[in-house]
Amino acid sequence: MAHLNPTPVLEPGQDRTMILNMGPQHPSTHGVLRLLLEIDGETIVRLMPDIGYLHTGIEKTCEAKFYQQVVPLTDRIDYLCPLTNNLCYCLAVEKLLGLEIPPKAQWMRVLLNELTRINSHLVWLGTHAMDIGAVTVFLYCFREREDILRMFEMVSGQRMMTSYFRIGGLALEPPIGFFERVKVFVDQFPSKVDEYENLLTANPIWLKRTKGVAAISAEDAIQLGASGPTLRGSGVDFDLRRDMPYSSYDKFQFKVPVATEGDVFARYIIRVQELRESIAIIQQALAGMPEGRIKADAPKVVLPDREKMKTQMEALIYHFKIITEGFAVPEGEVYQAVESPRGEMAYYVVSDGTAKPYRVHMRSACLANMQLLPKMCEGHLIADVVAAIGSIDIVLGEIDR
Amino acid sequence: MPLAPAISNVEELKRYSALARILAWNSAAVRGAKFDRDELSIYIERSAIRNACSLLRDDSECPFNYLSDVTCVDWYPTEPRFEVIYHLLSIPNRERVRLKVKLDGVSPVVDSVVPVWPSANFFEREVFDLFGVRFSGHPYLRRIQMPEDWEGHPLRKDYPVEGYS
Repeated sequence: MAHLNPTPVLEPGQDRTMILNMGPQHPSTHGVLRLLLEIDGETIVRLMPDIGYLHTGIEKTCEAKFYQQVVPLTDRIDYLCPLTNNLCYCLAVEKLLGLEIPPKAQWMRVLLNELTRINSHLVWLGTHAMDIGAVTVFLYCFREREDILRMFEMVSGQRMMTSYFRIGGLALEPPIGFFERVKVFVDQFPSKVDEYENLLTANPIWLKRTKGVAAISAEDAIQLGASGPTLRGSGVDFDLRRDMPYSSYDKFQFKVPVATEGDVFARYIIRVQELRESIAIIQQALAGMPEGRIKADAPKVVLPDREKMKTQMEALIYHFKIITEGFAVPEGEVYQAVESPRGEMAYYVVSDGTAKPYRVHMRSACLANMQLLPKMCEGHLIADVVAAIGSIDIVLGEIDR
Repeated sequence: MPLAPAISNVEELKRYSALARILAWNSAAVRGAKFDRDELSIYIERSAIRNACSLLRDDSECPFNYLSDVTCVDWYPTEPRFEVIYHLLSIPNRERVRLKVKLDGVSPVVDSVVPVWPSANFFEREVFDLFGVRFSGHPYLRRIQMPEDWEGHPLRKDYPVEGYS
């Protein structure tokens, strides 16, 4: 594993090589990622990622907030899938509390999570294709993404920082007309995926830039901690939604796309297929959406309905107590993982019995996937670095936290 | 769904293969175990962590071949102060286990598990950066999130959230 042992400071190792600094403001690093490249002509000899430019200390901030105040912070970790982060954190705290979530809330969570996955994959596809040189795809993808963001706005009042999932259920009832709107979207979306595929999947330039580029074997992917489409692209058939289900995912039927080549094209094709599978899951969620409450029956944890708060003394007291003192969570610890669009996103929450979390740690899928980058790029051309970065779908906000 | 009480009797938890495997290898390596909220935690003796990890990775029945996460919790001011936590995942068996190592606050050092799982590289660097726990045998133990010249380790409990008062 020589590539894991870089010398402390990257300096030219041989007479022929030089050091090239890529980033942190390079347009194809999807944020503020800095790469140090040792190059011999156009060939990369060594690559070293340098991260931390977006470190905001969210984990430290969480320790100073009440449990319910952490939810909006989780939005800000990954701006492409805020709802996935909301879900993961809420599931962890609900597991600590031993709360049971009503079926309607669980199904809504699944529905919105799959919309989030489509949203995230669309941004990935658009920017990834643009990095490689296909600008048109970007415009197409953002057209559909806009639709999804409007649906998020409809349901939560916010386009990106939704905070729609709360500990114990959902923040609000989905508004009138929301399901119809989602239905219109899922009915026409498969034809849009065909449009993207028409532009890329058989495009000779796209194939030249992606096939056989930045390939990684299944063994290396597991050893280096890859997850999500990056892991499945190398032939490991593992998806947390199917294999360790959470939030009623076990009640849905869907396929987990797997490819064996492990190259940029394999990761591309997997994400495109995931777009179609997400549509299938949303259709099932729409068809079988249960009736009932959207919040757990736990007055000490879940805020009362607005109407009750204004008419009932008990509800007003609970509202006041939750807002001013939070709620105590029994001692313990929970590691809750979900399948985010990028891989295994997990929250490790430790409680010491008070109203503030003792420790909140986020396991970032991107941080682990980033470790594959040297292995993917060393020995290849500089131009392929951009394709490799795009193919592991990094979000620097999540890596640095 | 009321919470089931936590089980911390090692004998009773032997039915879990991960714990049984480590006990069969070296019973002195296990300092305790806990089963709480459907999650198994095993406290491992500090010096045995790397061997315990490679033992679990190479287990033929239930190989914990994937390292999900390495992190740390600071229990300041109690001693031993730090708990380094490893979350292992068995991809073939869809099973998780949590290993814990307790470290004192004066010189928190533990063997790096990078030789077992190269993926531990960034995770351990992050723990070093934010908690000041050192991992001996790590190939490149330098700050990863904070600037190189930063003083202190921000996620320690004696480090203030905002400003020194």
